Amino acid sequence: MSRKISYSKALLEAQDYLLKTYKEVYVMGLGVPDPKGIFGTTLGLQEKYGSERVFDIPLSENAMTGVALGSAISGMRPILTHQRVDFALVAMEQMVNQAAKWHFMFGGKMKAPMVIRMIIGRGWGQGPQHSQVLHNWFAHIPGLKVVMPVSPRDAKGMLISAVNDENPVIFLEHRWLYDLEDYVEESSFSVELDTCNLLRKGKDITLIGVSYSVVDCLEADKTLREIGINSDVIDLKSIRPLDMKTIISSVKKTGNVIIVDSGHVFSGISAEISASIYEELHGVLKKPPKRIGLPDYPTPTSTSLSDGYYPVKGDIIRATFEILDIKDKIFENENLNRRLDQPNKFFEGPF
Amino acid sequence: MMLKQLYLDMLRIRMIEQSIAERYNEQEMRCPVHLSIGQEAPAVGVCAALTKTDRAFSGHRSHAHYLAKGGNLASMLAEIYGKETGCSKGRGGSMHLCDLDAGFVGATPIVGSTVPIAVGAALSIKLKKEEAISVIFLGDGAMETGVVQESLNFASIRKIPVLFVCENNLYSVYSPLSVRQPINRSLCDIAAAHGIKTFLTKENDVEDIYTKSKKARQLILNKQQPVFIEIPTYRWLEHCGPNFDNDIGYRTQEEYIEKREADLLEKYIETLEIKELNKITSKIEDEIKIAFKFAKSSSFPNSKSAGDFVYA
Repeated sequence: MSRKISYSKALLEAQDYLLKTYKEVYVMGLGVPDPKGIFGTTLGLQEKYGSERVFDIPLSENAMTGVALGSAISGMRPILTHQRVDFALVAMEQMVNQAAKWHFMFGGKMKAPMVIRMIIGRGWGQGPQHSQVLHNWFAHIPGLKVVMPVSPRDAKGMLISAVNDENPVIFLEHRWLYDLEDYVEESSFSVELDTCNLLRKGKDITLIGVSYSVVDCLEADKTLREIGINSDVIDLKSIRPLDMKTIISSVKKTGNVIIVDSGHVFSGISAEISASIYEELHGVLKKPPKRIGLPDYPTPTSTSLSDGYYPVKGDIIRATFEILDIKDKIFENENLNRRLDQPNKFFEGPF
Repeated sequence: MMLKQLYLDMLRIRMIEQSIAERYNEQEMRCPVHLSIGQEAPAVGVCAALTKTDRAFSGHRSHAHYLAKGGNLASMLAEIYGKETGCSKGRGGSMHLCDLDAGFVGATPIVGSTVPIAVGAALSIKLKKEEAISVIFLGDGAMETGVVQESLNFASIRKIPVLFVCENNLYSVYSPLSVRQPINRSLCDIAAAHGIKTFLTKENDVEDIYTKSKKARQLILNKQQPVFIEIPTYRWLEHCGPNFDNDIGYRTQEEYIEKREADLLEKYIETLEIKELNKITSKIEDEIKIAFKFAKSSSFPNSKSAGDFVYA
């Protein structure tokens, strides 16, 4: 049976199912059993499964990543959670040097099935060290899988797949997605980690979104349809491995593409995708691909500075007009009646 | 455990390491080697106190630990030669040894980095309620890394069945302990400050190391708590490679001679009858000869398989 639940509830259901079903699964992270339970995603799990399997950790992100790895190669299936990606940067050493290579460097003798959940912050003054979007770093490392589910259904299904996967999976959750509601089956199910979703179909242009940018792409698509422009909207839920097959077949059809990343444009996945499209579809492309993402400076904190920092629906629409050479229509930014550092006017921080 | 067996195990490891040093200049072992000559006692003393199902981890200087834990010699040499028959199929080399049958889970050369992994293996032992411990060999340099402090802290608060074996050989590459750590603080002090029971052994004394390791293992199993052992020791050769390097000026020849004269293995060998010693050494030499023959005659991995094992 399917019912409407939030992204955070979907993640909670996935972990509840995993802990109930597999004795090898355990959940750890700073704040996992606290009253807020990682934005509600771990609430009640310690009460249900005990403090041996669901526990708080010291502020030792690097060692705890090593602990997760050591247990994973010994038959456990850990889920390690960090409340911000930024906090886990001290653990790059264990993620990159060890977890990503443990299977490889011992000639395939051991496997490292572990999931590292990390949260991307945005808005409400999160600033330079609470809102970095770094999937591009992880995607650079062979041996890691990197996923960024957007819909509540994918959140649940992909977390179940990630825990069942035999490799280290970097599982990136956008803070603004937690309250998003959609239909999700009550029963357990898995969603594959190596494909992207074609969410809308259209012949004019391909819009590829990464993480929260998918929400912006869908909003832009809705407005564009009203004036007769139809897009293929792709939710790039897996960054590594990258499903170029779906992307290529879409761009082959539309001949135009805009890639909207939630992270920096420079040296990011949008460059990788653009290059691959060029290599495959040089003669097919009608216009060069366009890339939209964060500007080349750290996240500013002040409301007035951050309003212009994040790309919004209007930027995607304007880029679409440029590519399709539409000059007789001007997109006016709607009066949103809110600052852009909130996903909606009900969002009040503080974290 | 007979003391004699401990010394013979040390002698075997020393002879193996010497045989690598002797052949290294043939340029066929194309990877860095960090030889354990002079540091056999900690490896043998600790591993003699372990069972096969206990898991061991190590760092860059891991040959002695691998061998003392029962790691296969031929697979180790084949790995150093980069062969498909190597313990890591030529993907790792000297710095990435592994023999799961012997309970030697793995060694990797980022200093301190395998320490939390060994703690994680111990966490899994605890969660599965197995009758075993996890052992991590680290050095004085690793004690300066944040991740080791984090690991000691976590092992202490969660009562993890792990044995930290800290070999203090006084140098990290060419940097002496005195420029790296306060002179009036011991390595045991650091572990003790994390609430961990500590033992300090006599310098390079395999009997004392064995006795204390045995006690430590019992304590870990009975009380479900981590233990830390500091073992003063000394490497004879250069940090990395087959040569002596006392001449380059980071340590004195006098210090080296003093340490070498105190070497208990050489003293023990002197007590053996020549005939018996010859019998022992020729048996080890045969084993080494066969292992090298295996390593050298094994095939290299197929170059087309270079991208294997990225994902399981």
